[in-house]
Amino acid sequence: MLGRLTWTAIPLDQPLPLYAMGVVGLVILAVLAVVAVKGWWPYLWREWLTSVDHKRIGVMYFTLGLVMLLRGYSDAIMMRTQQAIAIGHAQGYLPPDHYDQIFSAHGTIMIFFVAMPLVIGLMNFVVPLQLGVRDVAFPTLNSVSFWLTAAGALLINVSLVIGAFSRATWWGYPPLSELAFSPDVGVDYYLWSLQISGIGTLLTGVNFVTTILKLRCPGMTYMRMPVFCWTALASSMLIVAAFPVLTATFVMLLLDRYLGMHFFTNDAGGNQMMYANLFWAWGHPEVYILILPAFGVFSEVASTFSGKGLFSYRTMVWATLGICVLSFMVWLHHFFTMGAGADVNAFFGIMSSIIAVPTGAKVFNWLFTMYRGRIVFTTPVLYLVGFMVTFVIGGLTGVLLAVPPVDFVLHNSAFLVAHFHNVIIGGVVFGMLAGYNYWFPKAFGFTLDERWGKASFWCWLIGFYLAFMPLYQLGLMGMTRRLQHIADPSWQPLLLVAEAGAIIIFLGVLCQIAQLYVSIRTRELRRDLTGDPWNGRTLEWATSSPPPAYNFAVLPTVETIDAFWELKRRRVKPAVQPAYAAIEMPRNSPVGFITAFFAFFIGFSLIWHIWWLVLVGLLAVAVTIMAFGWGDDREREIPVGEIARIERARLAGGPA
Amino acid sequence: MTITAIERAPAALARGRGGGGPAPKRTVVAYGFWIFLLSDFVLFSGLFAAYAVLSANTAGGPTGAELFNLRNVFIETMCLLLSSYTAGLGALSAERRRQDRFLIFAALTFVLGAAFLVIEAREFARMVSEGAGPSRSAFLSSFFTLVGTHGVHVTGGLIFLLYMVAQVVAKGLRGAVLRRLLCFSLFWHALDIVWVGVFTLVYLMGAR
Repeated sequence: MLGRLTWTAIPLDQPLPLYAMGVVGLVILAVLAVVAVKGWWPYLWREWLTSVDHKRIGVMYFTLGLVMLLRGYSDAIMMRTQQAIAIGHAQGYLPPDHYDQIFSAHGTIMIFFVAMPLVIGLMNFVVPLQLGVRDVAFPTLNSVSFWLTAAGALLINVSLVIGAFSRATWWGYPPLSELAFSPDVGVDYYLWSLQISGIGTLLTGVNFVTTILKLRCPGMTYMRMPVFCWTALASSMLIVAAFPVLTATFVMLLLDRYLGMHFFTNDAGGNQMMYANLFWAWGHPEVYILILPAFGVFSEVASTFSGKGLFSYRTMVWATLGICVLSFMVWLHHFFTMGAGADVNAFFGIMSSIIAVPTGAKVFNWLFTMYRGRIVFTTPVLYLVGFMVTFVIGGLTGVLLAVPPVDFVLHNSAFLVAHFHNVIIGGVVFGMLAGYNYWFPKAFGFTLDERWGKASFWCWLIGFYLAFMPLYQLGLMGMTRRLQHIADPSWQPLLLVAEAGAIIIFLGVLCQIAQLYVSIRTRELRRDLTGDPWNGRTLEWATSSPPPAYNFAVLPTVETIDAFWELKRRRVKPAVQPAYAAIEMPRNSPVGFITAFFAFFIGFSLIWHIWWLVLVGLLAVAVTIMAFGWGDDREREIPVGEIARIERARLAGGPA
Repeated sequence: MTITAIERAPAALARGRGGGGPAPKRTVVAYGFWIFLLSDFVLFSGLFAAYAVLSANTAGGPTGAELFNLRNVFIETMCLLLSSYTAGLGALSAERRRQDRFLIFAALTFVLGAAFLVIEAREFARMVSEGAGPSRSAFLSSFFTLVGTHGVHVTGGLIFLLYMVAQVVAKGLRGAVLRRLLCFSLFWHALDIVWVGVFTLVYLMGAR
């Protein structure tokens, strides 16, 4: 009836995750109870859970990313603490089995359920507004994407209390991840949660490529698109081209585990090196899926807060596309030591170094954008400057690691750990936090508190340097990664510094929470009535904050890049139109929520071999999709009167 | 903002360079489905790559030359290619709103697709009964996965077809139904393209 699932699946011998989940469970229950008591459920269901509005889906993605950041961070601080104390005779507080699960979960969660939702959340919120249109190409599909990602996130968290998580790292190399060496459910949790969320991500890619290439307001030629849209396009194209490879690879590993096949096993002709190749053929483009939109955010921030157009827009576009192509030609640098031979390694080493060229061009573009600009030092600008300094360091250590002989010495060491945290925190996380501070007023209609925002920035920056610079040094001293116990006591001082850094990053997170709290409390004082709090340049600032459901009452027509700036330059005032046309908007739909609900059960029952539930789930998903595909009546019309009323109210509120 | 002044600007100037405004729904749907199909091709390319790497790793088990029956595979291939032809004729009938013709071609497409699946299923069953199942060797794992994934797609395509026939019967050949039929056609032809790769790489090259 319940497959492999028995009471022994609850890890009573490991109280730590149970306590943690107990607390989390209580918090969730408390939130649900408050929502129920206040009678907010109908509102929540109608306006958010079933919403197909790209803005709301964007906010939900971003929230998911921030919540999972807390989970990923708690894994990080547990590892840092273990390494700081388990030295010499001390064994620390985490047994190896548990420690292995933590580093596997940390990587998986941070990449798939923090970085991806943050990036996709920003894309969702910003891209249609910047393109001057009303929604993405497939709004309901967009909701399916989000909920599948959320279902994957839920599944990975369930592994804390029911069963165990993978011990085979976030890239799950066989043969360790094969049934012979990982017989329990850990790797299955890893694979199924990523398969489910991966489908969601793929659909997002399809959706955004179509949106950006086919739905732009009149006059917006490719070379008039804001740079963030270009980076979103590049990122979406990479999703479409790379994520299916991950899906195929995981299918093979699943078939090995479930049907006794031999893709990557030690016996019967399996080939583990193929897994490494396939995984990183996805994995390296994935890095650029994450970083390119961050580059886009920084381009917008640099130009807005310098009061200047972006320096050399064309180079920025071509550099983005260049990185997009090059990102598929470097995957082998993740395993130089595998033995492909000197020629192959040399090729991939050179290609990896070449990526630094377009990236370097971008850094100069941002610098020249700021040069002689009237820079306003807001929180996003601090992130921009912090990013440029930090990312250049991370990029340089990357170029260093791209040299195969150096990689032979430094691979699998703390140096590598420092390198990729350097680019992911200094690049992606800083970019997303800059974007959060930058677009928050557009989403909610009031600005975020600058003092707490800046405090958070400094904590993140200082914390990052303290946490990861010692790891560079430790790597050079010979410390390998993923150590549960440190044999060499001379490493302890640096590990303590890293621990301090991790705590300071936590202070940064606390400052962010305080920033949100304070900003909500004082929101009446910080209302953005104009829709344009930063003197922005692109079309998202041309509508109100928050924008109406239809974004633009009349689709704007643009003639230049920085279309909104051009309007302001010509002193075109927003005015109430004499006549509006009715607008058709997609109806909200529970399809995404229902599909993901059953997808979660499909994943869970596949993990525990509850075959009947798998069938029920698959049937339910099929019925849901077919029922949706049958209907024709998916649009609702916003009547002219309502549009006129909203527009009049908006223009009366703001200084016209 | 309601952008009055710029509203007058001739958007036509920018047309042809991507400035013509949002594309019509039919274009958007077909384009999006194309992108989705591209991602499906990438999925298959991963499976093809795995087959290419593993096809010689027979682990002492049977090889392709011993297992494949080219005559059967040829018939199978013809079924699928013909079904693409009938699907194309069905799409043309649908465009001309000839519902009766569309239904005849849809039935033909379904029968040919089902015949393809039956031949494939019989081949799989024979191989498994001869002890050449997917867990026998890495070669057979990759063979069954590549060909089987295509087969799963064809199965999905047949369900899609039945569903579309139901829609056409219930609602007639209207805008939304035609858009979905267009997606079905694209999907069905894409499966043909993948099969040409399977036929060449797996069967023709493997039977030598």
